[in-house]
Amino acid sequence: MTKEIICTVCPTGCTIHVEGENGNITKIEGFSCPRGKVYAENEFTAPVRILTSTAKIKNAKTPLVAVRSKTPVPKEKLFDCMVEIRKLELTPPVNRGDVLIKNICDTGVDIIASGEVK
Amino acid sequence: MNKITCDVCIVGGGPAGLSAAVAAKKAGAKDVLIVERDEALGGILQQCIHPGFGLKLFKEELTGPEYFGRFVDEANELGVKALLNSMVLEVTADTVTCINGELGVCEISAKAIVLAMGCRERTRANIVIPGTRPAGVYTAGTAQRLINRQNEMVGKKVVILGSGDIGMIMARRMTLEGAKVEAVVEIMDFLAGLTRNRVQCLDDFGIPLLLSHTIIDIKGNDRVESVVIAQVDENKKPIMSTAREIECDTLLLSVGLIPENELTSNAKIEISPITKGPKVNQYMQTSIKSVFACGNVVHVNDLVDNVSAESAKAGESAAKFAAGKLEDSTAVTVETGDNVRYVCPQSVIPADEKVDLYFRVMKPQKGVVITVTDGDNVLFTRKAIKVNPGEMEKATVSVKDITSLMVSVKEA
Repeated sequence: MTKEIICTVCPTGCTIHVEGENGNITKIEGFSCPRGKVYAENEFTAPVRILTSTAKIKNAKTPLVAVRSKTPVPKEKLFDCMVEIRKLELTPPVNRGDVLIKNICDTGVDIIASGEVK
Repeated sequence: MNKITCDVCIVGGGPAGLSAAVAAKKAGAKDVLIVERDEALGGILQQCIHPGFGLKLFKEELTGPEYFGRFVDEANELGVKALLNSMVLEVTADTVTCINGELGVCEISAKAIVLAMGCRERTRANIVIPGTRPAGVYTAGTAQRLINRQNEMVGKKVVILGSGDIGMIMARRMTLEGAKVEAVVEIMDFLAGLTRNRVQCLDDFGIPLLLSHTIIDIKGNDRVESVVIAQVDENKKPIMSTAREIECDTLLLSVGLIPENELTSNAKIEISPITKGPKVNQYMQTSIKSVFACGNVVHVNDLVDNVSAESAKAGESAAKFAAGKLEDSTAVTVETGDNVRYVCPQSVIPADEKVDLYFRVMKPQKGVVITVTDGDNVLFTRKAIKVNPGEMEKATVSVKDITSLMVSVKEA
């Protein structure tokens, strides 16, 4: 498998070419700093993203409260996580940092409130 | 009429106003009052639920609500006051007049005023897209507010015009909420927003980015039914033989922001024709000495971290001015050299201090050297692999005894 990865570590945006199979990298070129190399390696073997969305809240001034994954989740699980977040029905108070879903979709990552509704 | 007095009055409670308020308090201003037209503080960050804020300032990746939440907490601890649901009608050198549903008209007398009104999105009317006028054409920010704050989904099949950051972020958001984003269409031959957003918002979800393309027609009667796109030539004129129709029910526009300066121009404050915001010196002081300005009302920023830094300067300077302690002397105009569209601040008062000059280039360029000069004297030099109009650059210079200043970007 080969992938062209655009590095997002800094605004330079190097295009890094990675080759390998099953997470083993056989060739990596195009990076111009060590951080870029690490970024491309992670992007190739196990890309992760912070997921942010909103959750419904009842009996509050606003209908929604902002939520996020506390740490990044595997990229391929983003849509599965969205299904779970959509099931939430919160009631006030919700404080910033409150854990709303523990270990979402067995990722080991919690969904927490990023917004606040008193 | 209600009369209020304070040391520093801040117009706008978004990231700029909040940072200015906190800094003004820390610099010793006693009464600091924010006037905000929305029902809550935080401004546009209330709907920016995505991550990517605070990497520079807090060295961690925060969402919009988390970012402004920190400033609101700090403002509350310091005793900053806020007048919400209040629309400012007029600003003069020492007065802010606003209207509030419960209090009626309020006249706020202040020793210093900070303008932090932010900006507005350009609309379909601003860029004159031909076609019918059906429902389903939104600015990206309006769609973002509807989806993220009001729980109203705006459409199912979407085309986005403009590759600005808000547009790309909405492409991802709409996709995660179950919509199909058919394409992001950009008239320029380069991306308007940050590369990071292209990777994480478009490439991640296989959303096509069509550079050098534009929308030449909108079709549909009650609701958008399709848009017609075409490639453009080097003069940005559509090449009609490349026209094709994309079926969709929604068109989002992410085609730029305009600083919201009606209050500023009515106050007869000098406005820069390039940034469309008030001209300021390094203290973020406008042509009326008691009035300061910061954030997107001055020039459109791409990172809120820069807004916070520049606004802290405005708040601190306003507090000093209110106490009669701000430096005052003749300013030097900052000149724009090769490939520099504008520099903010537009002028600098020579003083024994370092000043951050923020600037944007006119066109993308690779392998450059950025210099700041005072005549033959080189004050700053830095090499850059590439520069891009979408990414603001910064040069920090000592401005003691300067007689002129010029920022240039040249081939290395």
